[in-house]
Amino acid sequence: MASTETAPAAPEAPATPEAAPHQDLAGVEAGLDALDAVQPHRTSPAQLLREKVLPPVLGVLLVLGVWQLLFSLHVTPEYKLPSPLDVWHSLTDLWYQGTLFSIIWTSVWRGITGFAAAVVIGTPIGLLVARVKFVRAALGPVLSGLQSLPSVAWVPAAVIWLGIDDQAMYAVILLGAVPSIANGLVSGIDQVPPLFLRAGRTLGARGLGGARHILLPAALPGYLAGLKQGWAFSWRSLMAAELIASSPDLGLGLGRYLENQRDASDMSGVLLGIILILTVGVAIDLLIFTPIERRVLRSRGLLQTGR
Amino acid sequence: MSTALTTPNDAPAVADRADASPAVRIAGVHKSFGRPGTAVPVLDDITLDVAPGEFLCLLGASGCGKSTLLNLVAGLDQPTAGSIEVPGGRPALMFQEHALFPWLTAGKNIELALRLNGVPRAERKPEAERLLELVRLGGSYGKRVHELSGGMRQRVAMARALAQGSSVLLMDEPFAALDAITRDVLHEEITRIWQERRLTVLFVTHNVREAVRLAQRVVLLSSRPGRVAREWQIDLPQPRRIESACVADLSVEITEHLRGEIRRHGQH
Repeated sequence: MASTETAPAAPEAPATPEAAPHQDLAGVEAGLDALDAVQPHRTSPAQLLREKVLPPVLGVLLVLGVWQLLFSLHVTPEYKLPSPLDVWHSLTDLWYQGTLFSIIWTSVWRGITGFAAAVVIGTPIGLLVARVKFVRAALGPVLSGLQSLPSVAWVPAAVIWLGIDDQAMYAVILLGAVPSIANGLVSGIDQVPPLFLRAGRTLGARGLGGARHILLPAALPGYLAGLKQGWAFSWRSLMAAELIASSPDLGLGLGRYLENQRDASDMSGVLLGIILILTVGVAIDLLIFTPIERRVLRSRGLLQTGR
Repeated sequence: MSTALTTPNDAPAVADRADASPAVRIAGVHKSFGRPGTAVPVLDDITLDVAPGEFLCLLGASGCGKSTLLNLVAGLDQPTAGSIEVPGGRPALMFQEHALFPWLTAGKNIELALRLNGVPRAERKPEAERLLELVRLGGSYGKRVHELSGGMRQRVAMARALAQGSSVLLMDEPFAALDAITRDVLHEEITRIWQERRLTVLFVTHNVREAVRLAQRVVLLSSRPGRVAREWQIDLPQPRRIESACVADLSVEITEHLRGEIRRHGQH
Protein backbone atom coordinates (compact mmCIF):
# COMPACT_ATOMS: atom_id res chain seq x y z
CA MET A 1 0.00 0.00 0.00
CA ALA A 2 0.97 3.56 -0.37
CA SER A 3 2.64 5.54 2.29
CA THR A 4 0.88 8.66 3.34
CA GLU A 5 2.72 11.80 4.17
CA THR A 6 1.32 15.08 5.30
CA ALA A 7 2.91 18.19 3.98
CA PRO A 8 3.82 20.82 6.54
CA ALA A 9 0.59 22.69 7.04
CA ALA A 10 0.68 26.45 6.87
CA PRO A 11 -1.75 27.56 9.55
CA GLU A 12 -1.53 31.29 8.99
CA ALA A 13 -1.01 30.92 5.24
CA PRO A 14 2.07 33.08 4.89
CA ALA A 15 2.71 31.89 1.35
CA THR A 16 -0.34 33.50 -0.15
CA PRO A 17 -0.45 37.03 1.16
CA GLU A 18 -1.53 38.37 -2.18
CA ALA A 19 -3.92 35.60 -3.07
CA ALA A 20 -5.94 37.27 -5.76
CA PRO A 21 -9.59 37.71 -4.92
CA HIS A 22 -11.91 36.33 -7.58
CA GLN A 23 -12.88 39.84 -8.73
CA ASP A 24 -9.31 40.46 -9.85
CA LEU A 25 -9.33 37.11 -11.61
CA ALA A 26 -12.40 38.12 -13.58
CA GLY A 27 -10.55 41.21 -14.76
CA VAL A 28 -7.46 39.23 -15.80
CA GLU A 29 -9.65 36.72 -17.55
CA ALA A 30 -11.57 39.39 -19.47
CA GLY A 31 -8.25 40.91 -20.53
CA LEU A 32 -6.90 37.55 -21.72
CA ASP A 33 -10.09 36.84 -23.62
CA ALA A 34 -9.89 40.21 -25.33
CA LEU A 35 -6.22 39.67 -26.22
CA ASP A 36 -6.71 36.12 -27.48
CA ALA A 37 -10.06 36.54 -29.18
CA VAL A 38 -10.08 35.75 -32.86
CA GLN A 39 -11.02 38.86 -34.80
CA PRO A 40 -13.76 38.11 -37.31
CA HIS A 41 -12.63 39.17 -40.75
CA ARG A 42 -15.12 40.53 -43.27
CA THR A 43 -14.28 41.22 -46.88
CA SER A 44 -15.56 44.47 -48.36
CA PRO A 45 -17.68 44.38 -51.56
CA ALA A 46 -14.86 46.02 -53.53
CA GLN A 47 -12.40 43.38 -52.33
CA LEU A 48 -14.94 40.66 -53.14
CA LEU A 49 -15.29 42.05 -56.66
CA ARG A 50 -11.53 42.26 -57.10
CA GLU A 51 -10.70 38.82 -55.69
CA LYS A 52 -13.71 36.68 -56.52
CA VAL A 53 -15.51 38.08 -59.56
CA LEU A 54 -12.82 39.69 -61.64
CA PRO A 55 -10.41 36.72 -62.12
CA PRO A 56 -12.98 34.24 -63.53
CA VAL A 57 -14.46 36.96 -65.78
CA LEU A 58 -10.97 37.70 -67.10
CA GLY A 59 -10.43 33.96 -67.62
CA VAL A 60 -13.58 33.63 -69.74
CA LEU A 61 -12.68 36.76 -71.73
CA LEU A 62 -9.21 35.32 -72.38
CA VAL A 63 -10.69 32.08 -73.76
CA LEU A 64 -13.12 34.06 -75.96
CA GLY A 65 -10.24 36.29 -77.15
CA VAL A 66 -8.05 33.34 -78.13
CA TRP A 67 -11.00 31.71 -79.85
CA GLN A 68 -11.80 34.87 -81.84
CA LEU A 69 -8.12 35.23 -82.72
CA LEU A 70 -7.90 31.65 -84.04
CA PHE A 71 -11.06 32.29 -86.05
CA SER A 72 -9.76 35.57 -87.49
CA LEU A 73 -6.43 33.95 -88.46
CA HIS A 74 -8.36 31.22 -90.34
CA VAL A 75 -6.36 28.48 -88.64
CA THR A 76 -9.00 25.91 -89.67
CA PRO A 77 -11.92 26.12 -92.12
CA GLU A 78 -14.98 27.90 -90.79
CA TYR A 79 -17.16 24.77 -90.70
CA LYS A 80 -14.71 23.35 -88.14
CA LEU A 81 -14.28 26.46 -86.03
CA PRO A 82 -17.09 28.98 -86.16
CA SER A 83 -16.67 32.36 -84.46
CA PRO A 84 -18.01 33.10 -80.96
CA LEU A 85 -20.60 35.29 -82.65
CA ASP A 86 -21.87 32.33 -84.74
CA VAL A 87 -22.40 30.36 -81.55
CA TRP A 88 -24.20 33.35 -80.06
CA HIS A 89 -26.53 33.34 -83.09
CA SER A 90 -27.23 29.64 -82.56
CA LEU A 91 -28.23 30.53 -79.02
CA THR A 92 -30.53 33.36 -80.07
CA ASP A 93 -32.06 31.06 -82.73
CA LEU A 94 -32.99 28.58 -80.02
CA TRP A 95 -34.30 31.43 -77.92
CA TYR A 96 -36.57 32.72 -80.71
CA GLN A 97 -37.75 29.20 -81.53
CA GLY A 98 -38.76 29.02 -77.87
CA THR A 99 -37.03 25.66 -77.36
CA LEU A 100 -33.97 26.81 -75.37
CA PHE A 101 -35.50 26.38 -71.92
CA SER A 102 -37.39 23.21 -72.73
CA ILE A 103 -34.13 21.59 -73.93
CA ILE A 104 -32.26 22.66 -70.80
CA TRP A 105 -35.13 21.80 -68.50
CA THR A 106 -35.59 18.29 -69.94
CA SER A 107 -32.02 17.44 -68.97
CA VAL A 108 -31.89 19.39 -65.71
CA TRP A 109 -35.12 17.84 -64.47
CA ARG A 110 -33.83 14.36 -65.25
CA GLY A 111 -30.52 15.19 -63.61
CA ILE A 112 -32.09 16.59 -60.45
CA THR A 113 -34.67 13.84 -59.93
CA GLY A 114 -32.06 11.18 -60.68
CA PHE A 115 -29.64 12.82 -58.28
CA ALA A 116 -32.31 13.05 -55.56
CA ALA A 117 -33.02 9.34 -55.96
CA ALA A 118 -29.27 8.66 -55.77
CA VAL A 119 -29.09 10.57 -52.46
CA VAL A 120 -32.00 8.55 -51.05
CA ILE A 121 -30.36 5.28 -52.08
CA GLY A 122 -26.69 6.16 -51.54
CA THR A 123 -26.99 7.60 -48.02
CA PRO A 124 -28.24 4.47 -46.22
CA ILE A 125 -25.76 2.34 -48.21
CA GLY A 126 -22.95 4.65 -47.08
CA LEU A 127 -24.09 4.47 -43.46
CA LEU A 128 -24.21 0.67 -43.55
CA VAL A 129 -20.81 0.36 -45.20
CA ALA A 130 -19.26 2.80 -42.72
CA ARG A 131 -20.72 1.30 -39.55
CA VAL A 132 -21.19 -2.44 -40.20
CA LYS A 133 -17.88 -4.29 -40.52
CA PHE A 134 -19.23 -7.17 -42.59
CA VAL A 135 -21.03 -4.87 -45.03
CA ARG A 136 -17.86 -2.82 -45.40
CA ALA A 137 -15.78 -5.88 -46.17
CA ALA A 138 -18.38 -7.09 -48.66
CA LEU A 139 -19.50 -3.89 -50.38
CA GLY A 140 -16.62 -1.45 -49.79
CA PRO A 141 -14.41 -2.66 -52.66
CA VAL A 142 -17.44 -2.97 -54.98
CA LEU A 143 -18.40 0.64 -54.30
CA SER A 144 -14.86 1.92 -54.87
CA GLY A 145 -14.64 -0.11 -58.07
CA LEU A 146 -17.98 1.18 -59.35
CA GLN A 147 -16.78 4.70 -58.68
CA SER A 148 -13.93 4.28 -61.13
CA LEU A 149 -16.14 2.63 -63.76
CA PRO A 150 -17.42 5.31 -66.17
CA SER A 151 -21.16 4.92 -65.95
CA VAL A 152 -21.47 5.36 -69.72
CA ALA A 153 -20.40 1.74 -69.78
CA TRP A 154 -23.83 0.92 -68.31
CA VAL A 155 -25.75 2.56 -71.15
CA PRO A 156 -25.89 -0.49 -73.47
CA ALA A 157 -26.93 -2.75 -70.58
CA ALA A 158 -29.51 -0.25 -69.34
CA VAL A 159 -30.99 0.08 -72.83
CA ILE A 160 -31.32 -3.70 -73.20
CA TRP A 161 -32.76 -4.19 -69.70
CA LEU A 162 -35.04 -1.19 -69.54
CA GLY A 163 -35.54 -0.07 -73.14
CA ILE A 164 -34.72 3.32 -74.61
CA ASP A 165 -36.70 5.47 -72.19
CA ASP A 166 -36.41 7.57 -69.06
CA GLN A 167 -35.90 4.48 -66.89
CA ALA A 168 -32.65 3.72 -68.67
CA MET A 169 -31.53 7.34 -68.18
CA TYR A 170 -32.27 7.17 -64.45
CA ALA A 171 -30.52 3.82 -64.12
CA VAL A 172 -27.35 5.30 -65.62
CA ILE A 173 -27.53 8.36 -63.34
CA LEU A 174 -27.98 6.17 -60.28
CA LEU A 175 -25.10 3.90 -61.19
CA GLY A 176 -22.91 6.97 -61.58
CA ALA A 177 -23.97 8.90 -58.50
CA VAL A 178 -24.80 6.31 -55.83
CA PRO A 179 -21.20 5.06 -55.38
CA SER A 180 -19.89 8.64 -55.09
CA ILE A 181 -22.47 9.62 -52.51
CA ALA A 182 -22.02 6.44 -50.49
CA ASN A 183 -18.24 6.68 -50.63
CA GLY A 184 -18.35 10.35 -49.61
CA LEU A 185 -20.38 9.47 -46.54
CA VAL A 186 -18.05 6.56 -45.70
CA SER A 187 -14.94 8.72 -45.87
CA GLY A 188 -16.73 11.51 -43.99
CA ILE A 189 -17.51 9.08 -41.18
CA ASP A 190 -14.01 7.57 -41.27
CA GLN A 191 -12.50 11.02 -40.83
CA VAL A 192 -14.53 11.91 -37.75
CA PRO A 193 -11.93 12.51 -35.01
CA PRO A 194 -12.17 9.71 -32.42
CA LEU A 195 -12.08 12.41 -29.74
CA PHE A 196 -15.57 13.59 -30.79
CA LEU A 197 -16.90 10.05 -30.43
CA ARG A 198 -15.29 9.71 -26.99
CA ALA A 199 -16.63 13.10 -25.94
CA GLY A 200 -20.05 12.07 -27.23
CA ARG A 201 -19.95 8.84 -25.24
CA THR A 202 -19.03 10.66 -22.01
CA LEU A 203 -21.93 13.03 -22.63
CA GLY A 204 -24.17 9.96 -22.89
CA ALA A 205 -24.71 9.87 -26.66
CA ARG A 206 -24.89 6.22 -27.68
CA GLY A 207 -26.55 4.29 -30.48
CA LEU A 208 -29.02 6.27 -32.57
CA GLY A 209 -28.63 9.39 -30.42
CA GLY A 210 -24.89 9.23 -30.94
CA ALA A 211 -25.33 8.92 -34.70
CA ARG A 212 -27.75 11.83 -34.80
CA HIS A 213 -25.98 14.25 -32.48
CA ILE A 214 -22.32 13.39 -33.04
CA LEU A 215 -21.51 11.08 -35.94
CA LEU A 216 -23.64 12.57 -38.71
CA PRO A 217 -22.94 16.26 -38.02
CA ALA A 218 -19.24 15.44 -37.68
CA ALA A 219 -19.29 13.59 -41.02
CA LEU A 220 -21.20 16.35 -42.82
CA PRO A 221 -18.24 17.96 -44.66
CA GLY A 222 -17.20 14.62 -46.21
CA TYR A 223 -20.81 13.84 -47.04
CA LEU A 224 -21.23 17.20 -48.80
CA ALA A 225 -18.07 16.57 -50.83
CA GLY A 226 -19.57 13.22 -51.84
CA LEU A 227 -22.85 14.89 -52.84
CA LYS A 228 -20.98 17.41 -54.94
CA GLN A 229 -19.04 14.71 -56.72
CA GLY A 230 -22.23 12.67 -57.01
CA TRP A 231 -23.90 15.56 -58.84
CA ALA A 232 -20.96 15.89 -61.22
CA PHE A 233 -21.14 12.17 -61.95
CA SER A 234 -24.94 12.29 -62.40
CA TRP A 235 -24.69 15.10 -64.89
CA ARG A 236 -21.88 13.49 -66.86
CA SER A 237 -23.58 10.11 -67.01
CA LEU A 238 -26.83 11.68 -68.06
CA MET A 239 -25.24 13.62 -70.91
CA ALA A 240 -23.43 10.49 -72.10
CA ALA A 241 -26.66 8.51 -71.96
CA GLU A 242 -28.59 11.18 -73.85
CA LEU A 243 -25.89 11.28 -76.51
CA ILE A 244 -25.92 7.54 -77.04
CA ALA A 245 -29.57 6.60 -76.61
CA SER A 246 -31.85 8.01 -79.25
CA SER A 247 -35.62 7.65 -79.16
CA PRO A 248 -38.56 9.99 -79.71
CA ASP A 249 -39.85 8.87 -76.28
CA LEU A 250 -36.92 10.58 -74.64
CA GLY A 251 -37.73 14.13 -75.63
CA LEU A 252 -35.08 16.67 -76.57
CA GLY A 253 -32.47 17.17 -73.88
CA LEU A 254 -29.07 18.82 -74.06
CA GLY A 255 -27.24 15.62 -74.96
CA ARG A 256 -29.69 14.84 -77.74
CA TYR A 257 -29.49 18.43 -79.01
CA LEU A 258 -25.71 18.10 -79.21
CA GLU A 259 -25.96 14.83 -81.16
CA ASN A 260 -28.61 16.30 -83.51
CA GLN A 261 -26.35 19.24 -84.34
CA ARG A 262 -23.51 16.83 -85.11
CA ASP A 263 -25.84 14.94 -87.50
CA ALA A 264 -26.59 18.25 -89.18
CA SER A 265 -22.87 19.15 -89.28
CA ASP A 266 -23.75 22.40 -87.49
CA MET A 267 -20.52 23.13 -85.65
CA SER A 268 -21.74 26.28 -83.93
CA GLY A 269 -24.72 24.26 -82.63
CA VAL A 270 -22.31 21.59 -81.36
CA LEU A 271 -20.22 24.19 -79.57
CA LEU A 272 -23.37 25.75 -78.13
CA GLY A 273 -24.45 22.33 -76.84
CA ILE A 274 -21.06 21.83 -75.13
CA ILE A 275 -21.18 25.30 -73.61
CA LEU A 276 -24.74 24.81 -72.33
CA ILE A 277 -23.87 21.44 -70.75
CA LEU A 278 -20.84 23.00 -69.09
CA THR A 279 -22.81 26.02 -67.94
CA VAL A 280 -25.58 23.97 -66.35
CA GLY A 281 -23.09 21.75 -64.53
CA VAL A 282 -21.11 24.70 -63.23
CA ALA A 283 -24.23 26.73 -62.37
CA ILE A 284 -25.75 23.99 -60.23
CA ASP A 285 -22.44 23.53 -58.46
CA LEU A 286 -22.00 27.26 -57.87
CA LEU A 287 -25.59 28.04 -56.95
CA ILE A 288 -26.40 25.02 -54.78
CA PHE A 289 -23.43 22.98 -53.60
CA THR A 290 -20.74 25.59 -53.14
CA PRO A 291 -22.82 27.92 -50.91
CA ILE A 292 -23.92 25.01 -48.69
CA GLU A 293 -20.41 23.64 -48.45
CA ARG A 294 -18.91 27.05 -47.69
CA ARG A 295 -21.51 27.71 -45.04
CA VAL A 296 -20.79 24.43 -43.30
CA LEU A 297 -17.01 24.84 -43.50
CA ARG A 298 -17.10 28.48 -42.44
CA SER A 299 -19.26 27.79 -39.41
CA ARG A 300 -16.69 25.21 -38.30
CA GLY A 301 -13.73 27.48 -38.86
CA LEU A 302 -12.47 25.25 -41.66
CA LEU A 303 -12.31 28.06 -44.23
CA GLN A 304 -9.50 30.56 -44.08
CA THR A 305 -10.74 34.07 -43.53
CA GLY A 306 -11.11 36.03 -46.71
CA ARG A 307 -11.81 32.94 -48.77
CA MET B 1 -22.28 13.79 2.87
CA SER B 2 -19.60 15.91 4.38
CA THR B 3 -20.49 18.59 6.84
CA ALA B 4 -18.78 21.15 4.64
CA LEU B 5 -22.04 21.42 2.73
CA THR B 6 -23.50 23.51 5.51
CA THR B 7 -20.61 25.93 5.76
CA PRO B 8 -20.34 27.93 2.56
CA ASN B 9 -17.20 29.95 1.73
CA ASP B 10 -15.06 27.20 3.16
CA ALA B 11 -13.16 24.67 1.15
CA PRO B 12 -15.02 21.38 1.42
CA ALA B 13 -13.45 19.31 4.17
CA VAL B 14 -11.84 16.06 3.20
CA ALA B 15 -14.30 13.47 4.30
CA ASP B 16 -11.90 10.97 5.73
CA ARG B 17 -14.31 9.72 8.35
CA ALA B 18 -15.21 6.08 8.16
CA ASP B 19 -18.93 6.71 7.69
CA ALA B 20 -18.60 9.00 4.66
CA SER B 21 -19.04 6.84 1.58
CA PRO B 22 -16.57 7.78 -1.16
CA ALA B 23 -17.63 9.57 -4.34
CA VAL B 24 -15.34 7.28 -6.31
CA ARG B 25 -14.27 3.87 -5.08
CA ILE B 26 -11.49 2.14 -6.98
CA ALA B 27 -10.86 -1.31 -5.50
CA GLY B 28 -8.08 -3.66 -6.59
CA VAL B 29 -8.21 -2.54 -10.21
CA HIS B 30 -6.02 -4.29 -12.76
CA LYS B 31 -6.00 -3.35 -16.42
CA SER B 32 -4.01 -4.93 -19.20
CA PHE B 33 -4.21 -4.52 -22.95
CA GLY B 34 -3.70 -7.19 -25.56
CA ARG B 35 -4.51 -10.88 -25.70
CA PRO B 36 -4.28 -13.14 -22.67
CA GLY B 37 -0.76 -14.52 -22.45
CA THR B 38 0.94 -11.58 -24.16
CA ALA B 39 -1.13 -8.95 -22.37
CA VAL B 40 0.74 -5.89 -21.14
CA PRO B 41 -0.31 -4.82 -17.65
CA VAL B 42 -0.98 -1.08 -17.48
CA LEU B 43 -2.55 -0.78 -14.05
CA ASP B 44 -1.66 -3.09 -11.18
CA ASP B 45 -3.83 -3.34 -8.10
CA ILE B 46 -4.96 0.26 -7.81
CA THR B 47 -7.03 0.91 -4.73
CA LEU B 48 -8.12 4.46 -4.15
CA ASP B 49 -11.12 6.15 -2.56
CA VAL B 50 -11.98 9.72 -3.46
CA ALA B 51 -14.07 11.43 -0.80
CA PRO B 52 -17.04 13.61 -1.75
CA GLY B 53 -15.83 17.14 -2.34
CA GLU B 54 -12.19 16.10 -2.50
CA PHE B 55 -9.76 17.49 -5.06
CA LEU B 56 -7.36 14.66 -5.87
CA CYS B 57 -4.48 14.83 -8.33
CA LEU B 58 -3.11 11.69 -9.95
CA LEU B 59 0.51 12.34 -10.77
CA GLY B 60 2.87 10.22 -12.79
CA ALA B 61 5.31 10.00 -15.67
CA SER B 62 4.44 8.57 -19.08
CA GLY B 63 3.23 5.00 -18.97
CA CYS B 64 1.79 5.16 -15.48
CA GLY B 65 -1.69 4.55 -16.87
CA LYS B 66 -3.23 7.65 -15.37
CA SER B 67 -5.35 8.34 -18.44
CA THR B 68 -6.32 4.67 -18.60
CA LEU B 69 -7.47 4.88 -14.99
CA LEU B 70 -9.54 7.97 -15.77
CA ASN B 71 -11.14 6.20 -18.74
CA LEU B 72 -12.07 3.32 -16.47
CA VAL B 73 -13.65 5.66 -13.94
CA ALA B 74 -15.50 7.42 -16.77
CA GLY B 75 -16.91 4.09 -17.87
CA LEU B 76 -15.33 4.32 -21.33
CA ASP B 77 -13.47 1.07 -20.69
CA GLN B 78 -13.76 -1.92 -18.33
CA PRO B 79 -11.10 -3.02 -15.81
CA THR B 80 -9.53 -6.46 -16.34
CA ALA B 81 -10.02 -7.17 -12.64
CA GLY B 82 -11.25 -5.27 -9.62
CA SER B 83 -14.13 -2.87 -9.38
CA ILE B 84 -14.88 0.81 -9.80
CA GLU B 85 -17.90 2.40 -8.22
CA VAL B 86 -19.16 5.91 -8.77
CA PRO B 87 -22.32 6.03 -6.63
CA GLY B 88 -23.38 9.43 -8.01
CA GLY B 89 -23.71 8.04 -11.56
CA ARG B 90 -21.78 8.67 -14.76
CA PRO B 91 -19.02 11.20 -14.02
CA ALA B 92 -18.19 14.14 -16.29
CA LEU B 93 -14.91 14.03 -18.19
CA MET B 94 -12.70 16.79 -19.56
CA PHE B 95 -9.88 16.12 -21.99
CA GLN B 96 -6.60 17.82 -22.81
CA GLU B 97 -8.22 18.88 -26.07
CA HIS B 98 -11.40 20.88 -25.56
CA ALA B 99 -13.39 18.31 -27.61
CA LEU B 100 -16.11 20.88 -28.27
CA PHE B 101 -18.21 20.12 -31.34
CA PRO B 102 -17.34 22.64 -34.07
CA TRP B 103 -20.76 22.40 -35.72
CA LEU B 104 -22.41 23.84 -32.62
CA THR B 105 -22.03 27.21 -30.92
CA ALA B 106 -20.57 27.41 -27.40
CA GLY B 107 -24.09 27.59 -25.96
CA LYS B 108 -25.42 24.73 -28.08
CA ASN B 109 -22.52 22.52 -27.04
CA ILE B 110 -23.65 22.95 -23.45
CA GLU B 111 -27.30 22.48 -24.42
CA LEU B 112 -26.47 19.17 -26.10
CA ALA B 113 -24.93 17.94 -22.84
CA LEU B 114 -28.05 19.11 -20.97
CA ARG B 115 -30.29 17.41 -23.50
CA LEU B 116 -28.41 14.11 -23.29
CA ASN B 117 -28.67 14.48 -19.52
CA GLY B 118 -32.46 14.62 -19.83
CA VAL B 119 -32.99 18.32 -19.05
CA PRO B 120 -36.35 19.47 -20.51
CA ARG B 121 -36.14 21.66 -23.60
CA ALA B 122 -37.44 24.85 -21.98
CA GLU B 123 -34.79 24.79 -19.27
CA ARG B 124 -31.80 24.15 -21.51
CA LYS B 125 -31.07 27.62 -22.78
CA PRO B 126 -31.31 29.44 -19.43
CA GLU B 127 -29.21 26.71 -17.81
CA ALA B 128 -26.59 26.91 -20.58
CA GLU B 129 -26.42 30.68 -20.07
CA ARG B 130 -26.04 30.21 -16.31
CA LEU B 131 -23.18 27.78 -16.85
CA LEU B 132 -21.48 30.19 -19.26
CA GLU B 133 -21.83 32.91 -16.62
CA LEU B 134 -20.20 30.55 -14.14
CA VAL B 135 -17.10 30.23 -16.32
CA ARG B 136 -17.31 33.97 -17.02
CA LEU B 137 -18.22 33.66 -20.67
CA GLY B 138 -21.65 35.26 -20.33
CA GLY B 139 -21.56 36.90 -23.76
CA SER B 140 -20.28 33.90 -25.67
CA TYR B 141 -23.45 31.84 -26.12
CA GLY B 142 -23.56 32.33 -29.88
CA LYS B 143 -19.81 32.09 -30.49
CA ARG B 144 -18.44 29.35 -32.68
CA VAL B 145 -15.70 27.17 -31.25
CA HIS B 146 -13.07 28.51 -33.67
CA GLU B 147 -13.87 32.07 -32.59
CA LEU B 148 -12.77 31.31 -29.02
CA SER B 149 -9.23 31.33 -27.65
CA GLY B 150 -7.70 28.19 -26.16
CA GLY B 151 -8.50 29.25 -22.61
CA MET B 152 -12.06 30.17 -23.51
CA ARG B 153 -12.56 26.81 -25.21
CA GLN B 154 -11.42 24.96 -22.10
CA ARG B 155 -13.82 27.06 -20.01
CA VAL B 156 -16.71 26.19 -22.34
CA ALA B 157 -15.59 22.55 -22.09
CA MET B 158 -15.70 22.95 -18.30
CA ALA B 159 -19.23 24.37 -18.50
CA ARG B 160 -20.24 21.50 -20.78
CA ALA B 161 -18.80 18.98 -18.32
CA LEU B 162 -20.77 20.63 -15.51
CA ALA B 163 -23.90 20.42 -17.68
CA GLN B 164 -23.71 16.64 -17.35
CA GLY B 165 -25.06 17.19 -13.88
CA SER B 166 -22.52 14.98 -12.14
CA SER B 167 -20.79 16.13 -8.97
CA VAL B 168 -17.75 14.05 -9.95
CA LEU B 169 -15.50 15.72 -12.49
CA LEU B 170 -12.66 13.79 -14.12
CA MET B 171 -9.99 15.92 -15.76
CA ASP B 172 -7.34 14.45 -18.06
CA GLU B 173 -4.51 17.03 -18.22
CA PRO B 174 -7.07 19.66 -19.20
CA PHE B 175 -4.66 22.60 -19.12
CA ALA B 176 -1.56 20.93 -20.55
CA ALA B 177 -1.91 22.54 -23.97
CA LEU B 178 -2.43 26.08 -22.68
CA ASP B 179 0.13 28.84 -22.28
CA ALA B 180 1.41 29.49 -18.76
CA ILE B 181 -0.57 32.68 -18.16
CA THR B 182 -3.86 31.15 -19.25
CA ARG B 183 -3.15 27.98 -17.29
CA ASP B 184 -2.53 30.01 -14.15
CA VAL B 185 -5.88 31.76 -14.55
CA LEU B 186 -7.68 28.49 -15.20
CA HIS B 187 -6.14 27.02 -12.04
CA GLU B 188 -7.88 29.77 -10.12
CA GLU B 189 -11.09 29.15 -12.07
CA ILE B 190 -11.21 25.43 -11.38
CA THR B 191 -10.41 26.03 -7.70
CA ARG B 192 -13.24 28.57 -7.46
CA ILE B 193 -15.75 26.37 -9.28
CA TRP B 194 -14.74 23.30 -7.27
CA GLN B 195 -15.40 25.25 -4.08
CA GLU B 196 -18.64 26.88 -5.28
CA ARG B 197 -20.12 23.69 -6.70
CA ARG B 198 -18.68 21.31 -4.08
CA LEU B 199 -17.37 19.03 -6.80
CA THR B 200 -15.33 15.91 -6.41
CA VAL B 201 -12.40 16.31 -8.79
CA LEU B 202 -10.07 13.59 -10.00
CA PHE B 203 -7.37 15.45 -11.90
CA VAL B 204 -4.65 13.75 -13.91
CA THR B 205 -1.42 15.58 -14.60
CA HIS B 206 2.32 15.10 -15.08
CA ASN B 207 2.98 18.61 -13.80
CA VAL B 208 4.05 18.45 -10.15
CA ARG B 209 3.52 22.13 -9.43
CA GLU B 210 0.08 22.02 -10.96
CA ALA B 211 -0.78 19.08 -8.73
CA VAL B 212 0.46 20.87 -5.60
CA ARG B 213 -1.25 24.11 -6.68
CA LEU B 214 -4.63 22.41 -7.01
CA ALA B 215 -4.95 19.29 -4.93
CA GLN B 216 -5.91 18.41 -1.40
CA ARG B 217 -4.27 15.07 -1.99
CA VAL B 218 -1.64 14.09 -4.53
CA VAL B 219 -1.29 10.42 -5.48
CA LEU B 220 1.95 9.47 -7.19
CA LEU B 221 1.70 6.53 -9.57
CA SER B 222 4.68 4.43 -10.60
CA SER B 223 5.04 3.51 -14.26
CA ARG B 224 4.72 0.23 -16.17
CA PRO B 225 2.61 -0.99 -14.62
CA GLY B 226 0.90 1.84 -12.80
CA ARG B 227 0.78 1.37 -9.05
CA VAL B 228 0.08 3.77 -6.23
CA ALA B 229 3.60 4.68 -5.09
CA ARG B 230 3.00 7.33 -2.50
CA GLU B 231 0.55 10.00 -1.52
CA TRP B 232 0.62 13.41 0.09
CA GLN B 233 -2.09 15.24 1.97
CA ILE B 234 -1.84 18.97 1.27
CA ASP B 235 -3.37 21.25 3.85
CA LEU B 236 -2.31 24.59 2.36
CA PRO B 237 -5.32 26.92 2.12
CA GLN B 238 -6.86 27.77 -1.25
CA PRO B 239 -6.50 29.73 -3.44
CA ARG B 240 -2.78 29.01 -3.58
CA ARG B 241 -0.24 30.65 -5.84
CA ILE B 242 1.81 28.39 -8.04
CA GLU B 243 4.85 30.64 -7.41
CA SER B 244 4.57 30.50 -3.63
CA ALA B 245 7.33 29.00 -1.46
CA CYS B 246 5.09 26.36 0.11
CA VAL B 247 4.01 25.03 -3.27
CA ALA B 248 7.62 25.10 -4.45
CA ASP B 249 8.96 23.26 -1.38
CA LEU B 250 6.46 20.46 -1.62
CA SER B 251 6.95 20.29 -5.40
CA VAL B 252 10.67 19.73 -4.88
CA GLU B 253 9.96 16.87 -2.51
CA ILE B 254 7.38 15.24 -4.76
CA THR B 255 9.58 15.70 -7.83
CA GLU B 256 12.35 13.81 -6.04
CA HIS B 257 10.03 10.85 -5.55
CA LEU B 258 8.75 11.12 -9.13
CA ARG B 259 12.32 11.06 -10.43
CA GLY B 260 13.05 8.10 -8.21
CA GLU B 261 10.17 6.22 -9.85
CA ILE B 262 11.40 7.17 -13.32
CA ARG B 263 15.02 6.24 -12.50
CA ARG B 264 14.00 2.67 -11.67
CA HIS B 265 13.15 2.18 -15.34
CA GLY B 266 16.63 3.12 -16.51
CA GLN B 267 18.38 0.55 -14.34
CA HIS B 268 18.04 -2.53 -16.48
